[in-house]
Amino acid sequence: MVHFSSDGRPLPTPTPITAPFFDGLRERRLVLQRCPRHGYFFYPRGRCPVCLGDDWEWGELSGQGTVYSFTVDRAGHDPALASRIPFAIALVDLDEGPRLVGNMVDCDVGDITVGMAVEAAYEDVDDTTLLGFRPAG
Amino acid sequence: MPAAHPPSVSRMGKRAAAIVGLTEWAPKRVWDEPMFTMEACARLAAEVLADAEVDKGEVDGLVINGLRESPLFAPSALAEFLGVRSNFNEVVDLGGATPAGMVWRAAAAIEVGICETVLVFTPSVPAPPQPGANGGPMKMKMGAYMGGEVWGSPQGQFEIPAGLVAATPSFAMAASRYMAAYGVSEETLAKVAVDSRYNAQANPMAVFYGKPITVDDVMSSRYVADPLKLLEIVMPCYGGSAVLVTTAERAARGPHRPVYVSGYGEHLTHKSITYAPDIVDTPIRLAADRAFEMAGVSRDAVDMASMYDCYTITVLLTIEDAGFCAKGQGGRFIDEHSLRYDGDWPLNTHGGQLGMGQAGLGGGMSHITEAVRQVQGRAGERQVPDCNIAYANGTGGMLAEQVALILEGA
Repeated sequence: MVHFSSDGRPLPTPTPITAPFFDGLRERRLVLQRCPRHGYFFYPRGRCPVCLGDDWEWGELSGQGTVYSFTVDRAGHDPALASRIPFAIALVDLDEGPRLVGNMVDCDVGDITVGMAVEAAYEDVDDTTLLGFRPAG
Repeated sequence: MPAAHPPSVSRMGKRAAAIVGLTEWAPKRVWDEPMFTMEACARLAAEVLADAEVDKGEVDGLVINGLRESPLFAPSALAEFLGVRSNFNEVVDLGGATPAGMVWRAAAAIEVGICETVLVFTPSVPAPPQPGANGGPMKMKMGAYMGGEVWGSPQGQFEIPAGLVAATPSFAMAASRYMAAYGVSEETLAKVAVDSRYNAQANPMAVFYGKPITVDDVMSSRYVADPLKLLEIVMPCYGGSAVLVTTAERAARGPHRPVYVSGYGEHLTHKSITYAPDIVDTPIRLAADRAFEMAGVSRDAVDMASMYDCYTITVLLTIEDAGFCAKGQGGRFIDEHSLRYDGDWPLNTHGGQLGMGQAGLGGGMSHITEAVRQVQGRAGERQVPDCNIAYANGTGGMLAEQVALILEGA
């Protein structure tokens, strides 16, 4: 579910299952579930998407990854984010495996490339912390 | 004792349900004749039955995407409204692949003998304004979240807050990844839009009829989501269409050449593009492989292709993943072939959705209606000579739902 920040941005409404992920972000930690057989997976859910096992445990990741792909929104596809264009959306392959989505921050949108090394970045918006990525190093 | 197959299951070992009629409304950006969905279906039914010269009393199957006026119990509401006694009642939810998914479900239902004659509807028109609401013509506008904002939705927690909404940013990421992996130029992608627009000049129903474009026009249009530019993106429209599918026996008595649904396949793996196993090796591959294998038809035998083209990159990926060239060679394929109706590799001869407009689900159906017209020899100015076998497909969501059809003339 989506709710909106005081300045109109769409924010995630955590569920009982996804809350630990968002709680981690607030503490500047990237935590995901890890299946003992199939490793980390994203997004949080009650059972591993490979084996449907429920014997996963939460674990903390490095936050290091590479850009799998990206785009720059120049049109404001979400009217609620139109005031932020141009902004970059990236799919990031974490070193530990899972692929996540987030905005690129702390860089010029023209400098982003497929394959570039990135690290997790945390942005506080009202009472929520959003996961983004910035160039590594 | 084994159950006897109904005679419609096969014709000489081939699938034997056929598309026998079609109707299609010209897509329009602004629609000045609002209709309830049920009224739209009734009008489409009258038109498609007239085209096929089939009596309404013969209809015993209905396939829809839903009904605005009956969110639940939609097929029964439509049967009641149309006065149809129906044996096969299906609601299909595959985004842009819905029309192709509808057609094979109708064909399969006929092949197993549960029904004989199926109406397949893809209306996309605004409803009359509610009392108290503002009247006037309605402009087509897509909601950015497409339902992903509901409680518990992963999309609402991960994609929407990142701005990964609507469809263009997702396809742009496929294009971005493809360019990095295989090095296709933006000019090559632009050629898809240019050839589609050329074809639209032979289709008076196209929203861009009378408006040809050049590669320079595409290249100088503004970036919407890098690397996709405005003229590589479909124009959302209103419109509507329907087709009629029936048995080989009944098809043989119709006014048009029967178009057999001789092969079909469907595949999907994800909803949001974040979770696509490989965003440049799409589910089209498995859907198309199954369809060609089922039909016993080779890629070389295809006389025209009708590929879902919400964006230029969709066409490139479909050409490759449907097996018309090797992975990574789609750019070269587009450069080396004319995709025009009078070219060496006719593609989306109606102009595609890029040239004709995307009339909601009718946009996806336009690839099927055009393939049927071509195989039936009634494509007029844009007729592909000696057209017997067409490949048609649908792409839904974020390169997610994929349906491939082989359509073969009797």
